[in-house]
Amino acid sequence: MTETEMERAESAQSAAEAEQAIRRETHDLVVVGGGPAGLAAAQEAYDQGVEDIVILERDFELGGILQQCIHNGFGLHYFDEELTGPEYAQEFIENVAERGVDIRLNTMVEEVTDEKIVYAVSEDDGLTEIDAEAVVLAMGCRERTREALDIPGDRPAGVFTAGTAQRYINMEGKMPGEKAVILGSGDIGLIMARRMYLEGADVEAVLEILPYTGGLTRNVVQCLEDFDIPLRTQQTITEIYGDERVEGVTVQEVDKDFEPIPGTEYDIECDTVLLSVGLIPENELSEGAGVDMHAVTGGPVVDDGRETSVDGIYACGNVLHVHDLVDWVTEESMIAGRSVAKQLQGDIEVREDPIEIESTGAVSYVVPERITKADDDREKLPLYLRVYAPMDEVFVTVECGDEQLAREFERRAEPGEMITVDIDTEALADLPENRLTVDVVPKEEI
Amino acid sequence: MSSDTVEITCIACPVGCDVSLEVDDGEIQSIEGNTCPRGADYAKEEYRNPTRILPTTARVAGGVLPRVPVKSAEPMPKPELEDAMAEIAAVEVDAPIELGDVIVENVCDTGVDIVATRDLPATEE
Ligand SMILES: Cc1cc2nc3c(=O)[nH]c(=O)nc-3n(C[C@H](O)[C@H](O)[C@H](O)COP(=O)(O)OP(=O)(O)OC[C@H]3O[C@@H](n4cnc5c(N)ncnc54)[C@H](O)[C@@H]3O)c2cc1C
Ligand code: SF4
Repeated sequence: MTETEMERAESAQSAAEAEQAIRRETHDLVVVGGGPAGLAAAQEAYDQGVEDIVILERDFELGGILQQCIHNGFGLHYFDEELTGPEYAQEFIENVAERGVDIRLNTMVEEVTDEKIVYAVSEDDGLTEIDAEAVVLAMGCRERTREALDIPGDRPAGVFTAGTAQRYINMEGKMPGEKAVILGSGDIGLIMARRMYLEGADVEAVLEILPYTGGLTRNVVQCLEDFDIPLRTQQTITEIYGDERVEGVTVQEVDKDFEPIPGTEYDIECDTVLLSVGLIPENELSEGAGVDMHAVTGGPVVDDGRETSVDGIYACGNVLHVHDLVDWVTEESMIAGRSVAKQLQGDIEVREDPIEIESTGAVSYVVPERITKADDDREKLPLYLRVYAPMDEVFVTVECGDEQLAREFERRAEPGEMITVDIDTEALADLPENRLTVDVVPKEEI
Repeated sequence: MSSDTVEITCIACPVGCDVSLEVDDGEIQSIEGNTCPRGADYAKEEYRNPTRILPTTARVAGGVLPRVPVKSAEPMPKPELEDAMAEIAAVEVDAPIELGDVIVENVCDTGVDIVATRDLPATEE
């Protein structure tokens, strides 16, 4: 929790202690989080006939992480046009506003129970208890921090997660420092290297512990090569030093088990370290609600409607699994919104024989993990998956026993890029067994 | 004779082929390394006239935030990016701002405008 969140929570507590009336409300649908996931879920649920929707957002405005992602590269799939994060967000903010969805800003959700009671606090309203028919969890993700990584050394100021630095620069107009080293070469790290450089900072290096970058080639070219910022793979920071402020870092090469190789250490002088070492779905609330969690994604286990193991609680967007493209967040959240609407209107049919979806071989995970809904007017059911390591020229296959339900060619598969494959829903009507396996196989092996 | 090899990473798709151009006095003689025709087109354009969209921010007075995100309305010549940053840094815009508002007209004489990429309301009172 940030300080203001803590203050809010405390003031809510004392309000409750003073036995002030807790506001009690009932609503058809409560959406937790007003980022692109929450917005798209609300919009679609509304369009499918649910009118009583409340979006609870802890920030002072809607849009989530997109408001700080000022770069272009969003919307190519969904809008067929290349937008920046804020432009993409604004489209959906306008859509929910037009529909008259009840939006509560500066409102922090503290708890969601398995009975779908939602507790939220805000400065204006104090504590509100909402009894909801359905809940969509759309809290997004948070960044891994230095503590999670245990870099030894001093604890000087000047170490930021890349996302925090992004918010400082792009929304608050504050530069985190003048000479930076970036740890982690995922897209966020690459984007921040360019951003710091163009704002006048020296970016000494981007370090990556893996043998390859986790970011898109396009970002390597346009964020690093354009400005001669060095990318050093198989290297990591083994120490951060400095008294009050960061003065430098010690860097070491690593072997294939990511162990630092003795004798390879060298120092880089810098006043800022940005960590871009991964995102984790933000699931304290989900766990509190008792939903089953997935060991690989770090998010809830869901079915094809993005319903969790708790009846009426749904999840979509980065809270479910980390997405690299917001377009898929939108698609997934619309699936959730549509499914919620069907459930609330009582016209959802549940399959007698749920189908389990398994990932095998090179596939690290597949979302959804099972198919339980049968009510189908949808033609296609998209599966989202990731691979463990980069591969060239592969087929993504979905099989059931001896039958092949889908096969799609990918020129290149990378862990950093989510792959989607569509199954034809008609094929699900008559299956040899209630288990699908998803694999990614090199072209030669087919 | 100034004959040169120019290496360009194709970014027209995620494969990222390394394309090399044989260049003679600024004229492209041959293109190798691309696994599809799009790669040749991309490499030619990137050699002759590399362009980029520039996303950045501009200072705001009286807004709910002190910065508004902006971008070049079209891709602009890559060599002008840093000068464009300086020109944008010199302006301050008054809130409220609407998405699409022109923040800097014809930046660095490139014929490209810098436009706001979101609505930014003014602070109340
Ligand atoms: C730094 C970064 C850079 C990215 N760059 C790109 C890119 O270049 N191209 C691209 O297509 N995609 C990009 N993405 C991915 C894309 O932006 C995200 O996948 C998308 O924004 C996720 O949407 P979301 O709604 O799930 O989460 P978010 O946008 O994070 O929204 C979650 C919302 O929930 C709110 N919230 C959380 N907890 C609570 C609570 N307890 N109570 C109330 N509200 C709460 C948060 O304040 C936030 O507004 C990037 C993501 C990140 C993190
Ligand atoms: S040359 Fe063709 S295959 Fe290679 S990166 Fe470019 S578009 Fe992709």
